[in-house]
Amino acid sequence: MPTSDHRRCQLVAIPTTVIWEERSVLARMATSYLSSRDLAHVGYPRVVQHQPSIRHNRRVKITGDPTGAHKRWLSRVALTALWWTLALLFVLPLLWMISTSVKNDAQVYHVPPVWLPWPVRPQNYLEALRVQPFGLFFLNSLQYSGAAVLGELVSCSLAAYGFSRLRWRGRDVLFALCLATMMLPDQVTMIPLFLIFRALGWINTYRPLIIPTFFGSGYFIFLLRQFFLTIPTEFSEAAHIDGATELRIFLDIVLPLAKPALAVLALFEFFFTWDNYLGPLIYLDSTHLYPVALGLQLMQSSFVEKLIWPYLMSATMVSIVPLIVLFLLTQRVFVQGIAISGLRG
Amino acid sequence: MAVLSTAASRSHRQAATRREWRRFVIGMLFVMPWLLGFIFWTAYPILASLYYSFTAYDVLNPPRFIGWANYVNLFQHDNLFQTVLGNTIYFVVVGVPAVLIISFLMANLLNKEMRFRALFRTAFFVPSIVPAVASAMVWLWMYNPNYGLIDNILATFNIPAVPWLSSLRLAKLSLIFINVWASGSAILIFLGALQDVPRSLYDAAVVDGANRWQRFWNVTVPMSSPAILFVAITSMIGTFQYFTLPWLLTQGGPDNATNLYAVYLYQNAFQFFKMGYASAMAWVLFVIIVVFTVLIFRTGGAKVYYGGQVD
Repeated sequence: MPTSDHRRCQLVAIPTTVIWEERSVLARMATSYLSSRDLAHVGYPRVVQHQPSIRHNRRVKITGDPTGAHKRWLSRVALTALWWTLALLFVLPLLWMISTSVKNDAQVYHVPPVWLPWPVRPQNYLEALRVQPFGLFFLNSLQYSGAAVLGELVSCSLAAYGFSRLRWRGRDVLFALCLATMMLPDQVTMIPLFLIFRALGWINTYRPLIIPTFFGSGYFIFLLRQFFLTIPTEFSEAAHIDGATELRIFLDIVLPLAKPALAVLALFEFFFTWDNYLGPLIYLDSTHLYPVALGLQLMQSSFVEKLIWPYLMSATMVSIVPLIVLFLLTQRVFVQGIAISGLRG
Repeated sequence: MAVLSTAASRSHRQAATRREWRRFVIGMLFVMPWLLGFIFWTAYPILASLYYSFTAYDVLNPPRFIGWANYVNLFQHDNLFQTVLGNTIYFVVVGVPAVLIISFLMANLLNKEMRFRALFRTAFFVPSIVPAVASAMVWLWMYNPNYGLIDNILATFNIPAVPWLSSLRLAKLSLIFINVWASGSAILIFLGALQDVPRSLYDAAVVDGANRWQRFWNVTVPMSSPAILFVAITSMIGTFQYFTLPWLLTQGGPDNATNLYAVYLYQNAFQFFKMGYASAMAWVLFVIIVVFTVLIFRTGGAKVYYGGQVD
């Protein structure tokens, strides 16, 4: 829950989709949800039923499409050029990083900029890892992210099940509370949380970063709940008749069916924690505990006389690669994630 | 009124109550981890933070109640706070619309039939999965006034180096530019919204004689207005809590030109150990965010078209 970075503005726009969706959920809860068992109500209310008024402009002549074929061809070429230029501009900083990471000194300080350095210096990567124990940082990050993913998976799926597939007195009040926690800026709880963890003697350990994940976070609970609601109730009713307990139904029926949503949760949480800078900054002191995020900054500040850019860029590259690989492997899951959080209706 | 309850119906009702009680217990058991977490990591900290905001608390000595002094100091005696607040509002007022407009236009560009569309989409999205610290390092190098890519290219044409991060005039815009670069997720959200716009609306507009520009303003924009509102609000909230990049790239400089709310709050709490003061700042932040959210809803929300909404 100390999701100091869950709402950071970069990565976060997709996940926080929720706040948007949340409005309709709250509205639904107030109106129809409590009384209605209809599953259709549980889906997304974004079906277009009537058209918005399109302002008529009488003065515009109906032109059809009179543009000549060769004019159209020209605009096509122009557009294609624009797309390629823009795409190149977006990845340019990353290409520059990769290029710098294998340069030698002369190439780094060469004007005009060298894009394809020759000879390349791949040993920068090995040398950079020796400037700071980057391998250790990497392992720390992996452990931290792994533990946090596990924590969120366990706690959020339990809570989401309780909030979606069971009916009990007080459920909707608690769920509204759960949604409301997402509205609160993390800065409000940041200081008391630090004092609590200090009193517990957890400073300079990963406990303040990992243990709260075993108590769930509003955003992921919401995400899973939305998915659980789409699983037909017939499955669990049949199991009920066969005498299965709720725990059995949860473990054997709902969880296996919810794999796509669980994958989204795991993926997002992995990205969040890999990216988390403020949390480790507050709680970790010893450099041997640092995750990649802190390690990278330590590296940057540890060049006393002169910053060796190729080293810094190769370390940066190493810190990004897991995410890029993960993203390329799971693009489908990402898109699913957007669908689940309600964007693609 | 005579109650006509037979023994049978009473036991029936008792069974119903028991069943309801059982359901309640099972439900509570499932949400128990979250509920405990809510009590420990949210509810208590909210109350504690509210209390600390009325105290002077340096961690070493117990908190000392000082009434409204923290809040009064913030607005009347802390000039730096006013600078910081001004900077942050600048980032919201300039940066959020910049992200909105550029990523909406990019999404429109991407929403055409074209070859390699998946490739372009990936290219635009990849910057936004780069972790904040890594992107800070990359841009530190990009903006380097001697050999960074931009100034290096300028130097090739004998144009003097531009101090992107250390100039009072440019530092804010340089940071905002990074936000635009990393707004791939906004592009993706807009793209999703655009693909949901029914083709029939465009066809109808063409029949009515609307040109490309009119179709954009009267079909595309209203139909994606919920997504626009959503991105506006989330990026506004994100900007108010913007920490990592200003912290790493400029440390708030030059001359506090990029000192932002979250940075100054962190400094007060964990560098100056003014926990009470920082708590007061956190609550002011909360109020500001609520006010901005209401403002955006009031001004933009009225124009938002929700599909399926019945007038």
